[in-house]
Amino acid sequence: MDIAITLVVQGIAFFLVVWLVMHFGWPAFMQALEARQRKIAEGLAAANKGQKDLDEAKIKAQEIVREAREKAAQIVEQANKRANEIVEEAKLAATAEGRRLVAHAQEEIAMEASRAREALRRQVADLAVRGASRLLEREIDPKTHAELLGKLELEIANG
Amino acid sequence: MTGTAGDTSGGMTEYIQHHLTYLTVQLRPGAFWTLHLDTVFFSLLFSVGFLGLFIRAAHRATPGVPGKFQCAVEMLIEFVDQIVKETFGGKSRLVAPLAISVFVLVFLMNFMDLLPVDALPTVARDLGVGHLRTVATADINTTLGMALCVFLLIQWVGISEKGLVTFFREWFTAPFHAHGTVAQILLAPANLLLRIIEEAVRPLSLSLRLFGNMYAGELIFVLIAVLTLDASLSHLSTYLFGPIQLVADFIWTLFHILIITLQAFIFGMLSVVYLSMAAERH
Repeated sequence: MDIAITLVVQGIAFFLVVWLVMHFGWPAFMQALEARQRKIAEGLAAANKGQKDLDEAKIKAQEIVREAREKAAQIVEQANKRANEIVEEAKLAATAEGRRLVAHAQEEIAMEASRAREALRRQVADLAVRGASRLLEREIDPKTHAELLGKLELEIANG
Repeated sequence: MTGTAGDTSGGMTEYIQHHLTYLTVQLRPGAFWTLHLDTVFFSLLFSVGFLGLFIRAAHRATPGVPGKFQCAVEMLIEFVDQIVKETFGGKSRLVAPLAISVFVLVFLMNFMDLLPVDALPTVARDLGVGHLRTVATADINTTLGMALCVFLLIQWVGISEKGLVTFFREWFTAPFHAHGTVAQILLAPANLLLRIIEEAVRPLSLSLRLFGNMYAGELIFVLIAVLTLDASLSHLSTYLFGPIQLVADFIWTLFHILIITLQAFIFGMLSVVYLSMAAERH
């Protein structure tokens, strides 16, 4: 074994390698690795936070939807109620109007009927008078026979 | 695989010895000033390559979505970081970079063992370089150099974590703890002796383990290559040894993939363990 100057050279060379790695290689790598670790940790934390926010937002959204549904149901109910009321009111109004119209019509009918009856009676009286006069072949003087005519007329009217 | 040693007469001894000879350059007269050029070349090649890629990747590292290369480097880094965090209690800027440098460099230098033993030496010979040993960790200079470097760092971590006074006091007060001044003084030599042995054994065991494994692995590859040295189609032995060599080489390569990784891991892991022990108070 020939231990010689080579040993010194190799030792110094090795020391230099270690020194250079220690100062210019290793720290840079460690920095990069640590920075990446931090980044990943931050990313994971952010993801967690995002997930939490999302969950919260979902719950909130559900609540809002539920509220909206309730409100909508209320509104529909109110609308239905109002509609029923309107229909009820309309029905009442229509019934009243109908009754009024019917009453009016009946009144008119009665009036018309009494008018017709009056006219008819007059015509019948006239015809009776005319017939009687023709039977008697002379003119009946309304003035002289007024009492008789009136009695007759009354009879017709009653009969 | 054919023998390429044939500078001179050929033969097994010649071939093996050729493979175990370093490319040297004499810096000054004297045995000490012989520099193993091939060892230094390959270890510097991998050091520079590793440093270049690693530092470039570090400066391009983004906290965002990483690219494929960054991902690969990060996997390695997290692997090392995990081990260091589990083993090393304290907080030190040095330990993890040291561990990853050891692991990557030792693995890369070991990996040269998996190349065919004659591949690079043949290329070198064609380029006019007579000898070339490609496995830098099969050179005791490399492993001992790294181990001594780790040894110095252990001392430095011990001093910086505990302070100079505690550090030196522990030389005399641990591992045998005594109550009372007399007992402490009596036990001090034993403690000091054990401490010296302990500290000396660490770089030795670190370096010799790696060196032994890689040297033996390399040697076995060379021996497997020797099976068909100077083979020719007219010899019957070629047809006998050829298949044996193929199978043996395959099996040893498979096994060696495990060894080079394991040795790199052990060297790095033990460095971390030693450093963590140095940081602990007794």
